[in-house]
Amino acid sequence: MISLLGRTLVLAGLGACAVGAVAGFVGGARKDADALRITRFMANAFGALMIAATILMEVALVTHDFSVSYVAEVGSRATPLHITLVSLWSSLNGSILFWGCVLGGGTLAFTRHVRDHDPQHASYALGSLLSVGLFFAFLVAGVANPFAATEGVIPTDGPGPNPLLQNHLLMIIHPPSLYLGYVLMAVPYAMAAAALLAGRLEATWMRLLRRWMLFAWAFLSLGILLGGWWSYEVLGWGGYWAWDPVENASFMPWLTATAFLHSAMVMERQGQLKGWTLTLAMSTFLLTLLGTFMTRSGVFNSVHSFTQSSIGPVFLGFIALVLVASVLLLAARMDALTASDTATDEGVVSRESAFLLNNLLFVAFTFTVLLGTLFPLIKEALTEERISVGEPYFNRMSLPVCVGILFLMGVGPSLPWGNTTGARAWSRLRLPLRAAAVGAVIGAVLQAGPWAIATFAASAFALVVTVHELLEPAQARVTSLGESLPTAFLAYAARARQRVGGYIVHLGVIIVAVSIAASSTFKVQRDLPLTVGQEVSFEGYRLRFDGMRTDTEPHRTAQVATVTVLSDSGTLGVLEPKMNHYKQMREPIGTPAVRSGLKEDLYLSLVRVSADGTTASVRAMVEPLVAWLWLGGLVMFGGALFSLWPRGRAVVAASAAQVAPGDDGAARPAK
Amino acid sequence: MSEPTPSSPAATPPGGLSARQRRTFLVGSVLVALLALGGIASVDMSENLVYFWEPRELYAAGDDAYGAQIRLGGLVKEGTLQWDEGAQELKMVVTDGQADVTVHATGAPPQMLREGIGVVVEGTMTKEGVFKTDRLMVKHSNEYRAPQEGVETKELYKTVEGLE
Repeated sequence: MISLLGRTLVLAGLGACAVGAVAGFVGGARKDADALRITRFMANAFGALMIAATILMEVALVTHDFSVSYVAEVGSRATPLHITLVSLWSSLNGSILFWGCVLGGGTLAFTRHVRDHDPQHASYALGSLLSVGLFFAFLVAGVANPFAATEGVIPTDGPGPNPLLQNHLLMIIHPPSLYLGYVLMAVPYAMAAAALLAGRLEATWMRLLRRWMLFAWAFLSLGILLGGWWSYEVLGWGGYWAWDPVENASFMPWLTATAFLHSAMVMERQGQLKGWTLTLAMSTFLLTLLGTFMTRSGVFNSVHSFTQSSIGPVFLGFIALVLVASVLLLAARMDALTASDTATDEGVVSRESAFLLNNLLFVAFTFTVLLGTLFPLIKEALTEERISVGEPYFNRMSLPVCVGILFLMGVGPSLPWGNTTGARAWSRLRLPLRAAAVGAVIGAVLQAGPWAIATFAASAFALVVTVHELLEPAQARVTSLGESLPTAFLAYAARARQRVGGYIVHLGVIIVAVSIAASSTFKVQRDLPLTVGQEVSFEGYRLRFDGMRTDTEPHRTAQVATVTVLSDSGTLGVLEPKMNHYKQMREPIGTPAVRSGLKEDLYLSLVRVSADGTTASVRAMVEPLVAWLWLGGLVMFGGALFSLWPRGRAVVAASAAQVAPGDDGAARPAK
Repeated sequence: MSEPTPSSPAATPPGGLSARQRRTFLVGSVLVALLALGGIASVDMSENLVYFWEPRELYAAGDDAYGAQIRLGGLVKEGTLQWDEGAQELKMVVTDGQADVTVHATGAPPQMLREGIGVVVEGTMTKEGVFKTDRLMVKHSNEYRAPQEGVETKELYKTVEGLE
């Protein structure tokens, strides 16, 4: 019953997409209002149908309807309800349905957004978006159909989702966040395609495009961060990033999207770089498709790729199609757009130059990651030899770029748009450079490596500039209006959301950079043999093994080691690293225990336990500042949301009443 | 029009760059940078390759095997697993049925390590003929069924990667 209904919903969505896509392109080409009306209706229908199909799948999961093949694959009566709900994205077919659901939701929102926009742009954009939707609806209806009826005898119970995915609550928010980031990149892509098809790009369209990109970027950032956090909390190796192909897959579109957000600022301000900016928007979507392909087709094997599936070739075909269409569009229409690029008078020492360099670095970064990620695939395809590119490659290639980007985060905002003199630039950079020296000295005193020292220096440099940029306008209000500093800052921030939000994101990036440098440089790891009742010293802690315990839950049993953490000042707490035994799996899966603090984390991972439970081996690690990584990531996310938050009416009225800097802090307070 | 900046080189036309010059500059510098980067990257990559080998492939590589970063996959040979708890040292023989490699690992072995099970160890081959590793991964079944003994070793890599 659910199989049939679900399939019907998906097929109806597929039909709506097909009609809507054709109507959209026709409406764009003929500037036909009726066609646009049809497109909008079909877009709404597609969105509603995909969401309905997803809700239906959730109903099937919750009611344990094992006649639906996907439920039979991932469902289990013993699995707790919240895990059952998120089983939707715990295996291939469900995750593709979820992709379609997010795209449907995005389509609904976007259809509302374009109501007041240029009809031709709206037609083309919806047509492009529905073309993407068409592909995913096709996947859900065909090769990755989660609603297929279970073959043979319908089982009374199922295996439940992959135990690794049941081990932590982060699994509930990491995938949806990443999906929002990945999937919604389709909207900027469609908008860029619309601008190229129409051969013109107005400021209002660009602004909407940038806001969609920023929204998707915020969730992609959050998703990547949560993925790292999950890896840290669940996998037991004490790290959060390993340059795994799957991680790289999510990182590459993040890099190009970040480059886009910066080049879009140059474009909106100076009317330049239109073609380049649109190229970045389109590349970002292509990279998310590549990422989805890499994680879902089984070419790379990780916790993300479920089983071998026939989805790969179809996906590759689609990527090739989008790539060719994008290149052709850009080649044919770039000139129409860039003809209106305005000649400006900025010199070499200007904010634009810093942005250009920033873009170069981000693209270079993307390129090196792409090379290292795809090389093993190409090599295996050609020689059947299996290799991988080691972490040292990625670290060596990325460190200089990262330090360069951090440094530019300080240089760019210090330079005015247009033109400046070397002397004036120097006067603005003197204080940040002193801070950089302090950062370098701190790194050197702590005996960090050269790249960690460079990271600390660049971070200190960028930090001083960022804080200065955030406080300077508020300071100006304090001087001119006599407000207190917090009041002045809030009043200013409310009216310059984009600017303030951007600098908050920069603060988050600095925090993340310092945390990564510190936690990777000063990490200490040791395997400790423990005997019941005995204390072991480790990095200033004393660890006492109090014995083993067995916890029984419906879907698993856990061997729990109780380790009391002591310091010279007394007992700090109890850590309980576990080994979980799931019913359907022969091998146990560990869950590490972490004592997290602002200064450092103590991380214990249970490696083995003797048969009688009197001795155990624990992998112990101390990682400084690692908690700041999650905090910094949340600051980045918060900054992006702050930037996106719609301006309240009161604020708009208030700022209209005053002569003040524009939304993006256009005018630097006059000196 | 603003005056030319004192700091900018003479090549900059008075009044700065035109849109077309800027585009040419951008495209050119991107190309040059990517080419240079591609060169550096390929050299660096070739120095950091990790080879996925089975014991017989390791021997087939001859002297090339020494010092290279290798992920050696195979089964733990019956009767060869020795774990010295005091020294935290593990010795075993990894086999693919045709060739055997003696492996010395440091650190506690995972709970599920036992004889006959598939493992992947990452490390280097020494001239003494001993494979040294500090990274041991046990074949992990994602498929919810008991792994068959004597499983195709190529398949091992697929189920262990990503779990580390």
